Amino acid sequence: MKTVALEGISVSLDGVRVVSELSLDVGPGEWVGLIGPNGAGKTTVLRAVAGLVAYEGRMRVFQEEVASLSRRDVARRIALVPQNPVIPPDMSVLEYVLLGRTPHVSYLGSPGVGDVGACRSALGRLDAAHLADRRLGSLSGGERQRAVLARAIAQEAPLVLLDEPTTALDVGAQQQVLELVAGLRGNGNLTVLSAMHDLTVAGQYADRLVLLDGGREVASGAPAEVLTEELIARHYGASVLVVSDEEAGIAVVPLRPRLEAEERVG
Amino acid sequence: MPRARRGLAAVPGLTLGWAVIGALILTGALLIGFAVGPVDLGVGAIVREILSHVPFLGVSSPLDDTEQAIFWQLRAPRVVLGALVGAMLASAGAGYQGVFRNPLADPYLLGAAAGAGLGATLVIAYANDSARELRPLAAFAGATVGVAVAYAIGRSAGGRTTASLILAGVTVASFLTAVQTFVQQRNTDTVQEVYAWILGQLETSGWREVAIAVPYMAASWAVLLVHGRLLDVLAVGDEEAASLGVKVSRVRLLVLGAATLGTAVAVALSGLIAFVGIIVPHAIRLVAGTSYRVVMPLSIMLGGAFLVLADVLARTVTSPAELPIGVVTAFFGAPFFALLLRTTRMVGP
Repeated sequence: MKTVALEGISVSLDGVRVVSELSLDVGPGEWVGLIGPNGAGKTTVLRAVAGLVAYEGRMRVFQEEVASLSRRDVARRIALVPQNPVIPPDMSVLEYVLLGRTPHVSYLGSPGVGDVGACRSALGRLDAAHLADRRLGSLSGGERQRAVLARAIAQEAPLVLLDEPTTALDVGAQQQVLELVAGLRGNGNLTVLSAMHDLTVAGQYADRLVLLDGGREVASGAPAEVLTEELIARHYGASVLVVSDEEAGIAVVPLRPRLEAEERVG
Repeated sequence: MPRARRGLAAVPGLTLGWAVIGALILTGALLIGFAVGPVDLGVGAIVREILSHVPFLGVSSPLDDTEQAIFWQLRAPRVVLGALVGAMLASAGAGYQGVFRNPLADPYLLGAAAGAGLGATLVIAYANDSARELRPLAAFAGATVGVAVAYAIGRSAGGRTTASLILAGVTVASFLTAVQTFVQQRNTDTVQEVYAWILGQLETSGWREVAIAVPYMAASWAVLLVHGRLLDVLAVGDEEAASLGVKVSRVRLLVLGAATLGTAVAVALSGLIAFVGIIVPHAIRLVAGTSYRVVMPLSIMLGGAFLVLADVLARTVTSPAELPIGVVTAFFGAPFFALLLRTTRMVGP
């Protein structure tokens, strides 16, 4: 039984085919990382899974065709953390996290004490309870990302889509945010599909990587199978050194082309 | 309101404190509006006059028959109409701002005012005296057509983005204003009447206008108040709102429709009263927070209070003549808002 099952998904944006015939499975509790160069279609895949763009092909999430679910039913199953979330600067963190409760509040209803409790507990799990009354505009990048994650947690969806969750963060904040996501997965009830830029980090946190290029899957498997010098050179056009370390896992180190050439000569 | 006293489980929203403050300000404004005028009736006397109509209280009215007639037939309808129009313009403004995520959006943005202006100008310029009664209806029709055309153009041009809707609204408004100016210049004999209407006026003949306004405005407010929570969700953008389970286009259409219906009625009855729809919601945001579950109900209460007080000034500053109320809202509203902007912490992006 798969949490996410894509069969031959294609997406066209403004007449341009951005994702082609992509098939992809994500098992329950698994963390699958989408990697690939800019424009490979990672974000579009996530948006398609979230039901935000039209697609061809079959896509089932928790055994149900996403296109046949209502918006609210999708939001109860899938939480999306966008790459560049819109941050209303004057909204308080608690009010922002409360937006995550939207799919659980009836149309004419308003959020109740239980919803606020869920939000406070989401903030607590991210060590962000003290931020509740702060304005979003006053937060640092790392604090802001925790607020966005808290909103996704408050949504209580069993599938979380993370689109470049750490792009704007320094290495410490990046590590903290990803450790938080990994910790949330602890009990195995949370499935994560993420698009990630940093290949080393992607390999450290994801159980499985899928390399996209030009909207197609070009490789997939355990991080060690996908993060190879040859694949990265072919699809990113980058010279890298892949270092395998028992503690660090696989590290992808960029090489300056000139240095590499000298090395070969020497 | 006092944040520190809110319990951990308290739900962010309209606090009792702000609800009471809003109600007190509105009541105070209404009483001032009732009392002030060419004949000074006195606040205490008016309170007793109103209470004398409540059974079983045993309060007797201190007003004589003439004063009672002035109060019930002239002053009260005008003050109540002012409160309704102000409340409607402010809450419709808040609705437009929420839908477009644009603090400058107001009831006049989508061609509503320009359409209403054209409709009213056509009636004033071309209809004979017996058909002048059609003016509110023509303004209403013009406002509705203006918004409908703007919405249709915006939808066909740019899909569902807010920018394309705003551009379409500006385009439609420019066109309708051009036509309106043309008609106005061709009919110089009625130009003064057109101007008087454009500058805004609260004219009443007994309770007739209030009776016309109440059902439409009540329907509009019901929709606007119910959607406060969803307008808060729209603050994170169409796509994120959709990913949170909101049918963005349906919410947008409902709120736009309700705000436009209310605006059209207000404009039809009182002419073009600028500025209320922008400054009242903003003043509320500066002091009470940005959630539409707070801004919307407070806009209704404080928008009503604001226009009642503006009308008091319009009636008294150049007494016995009257200033157009639109002039007062801008002349006194703009400095007040500037002051509020200065004294409240400014918020960076």
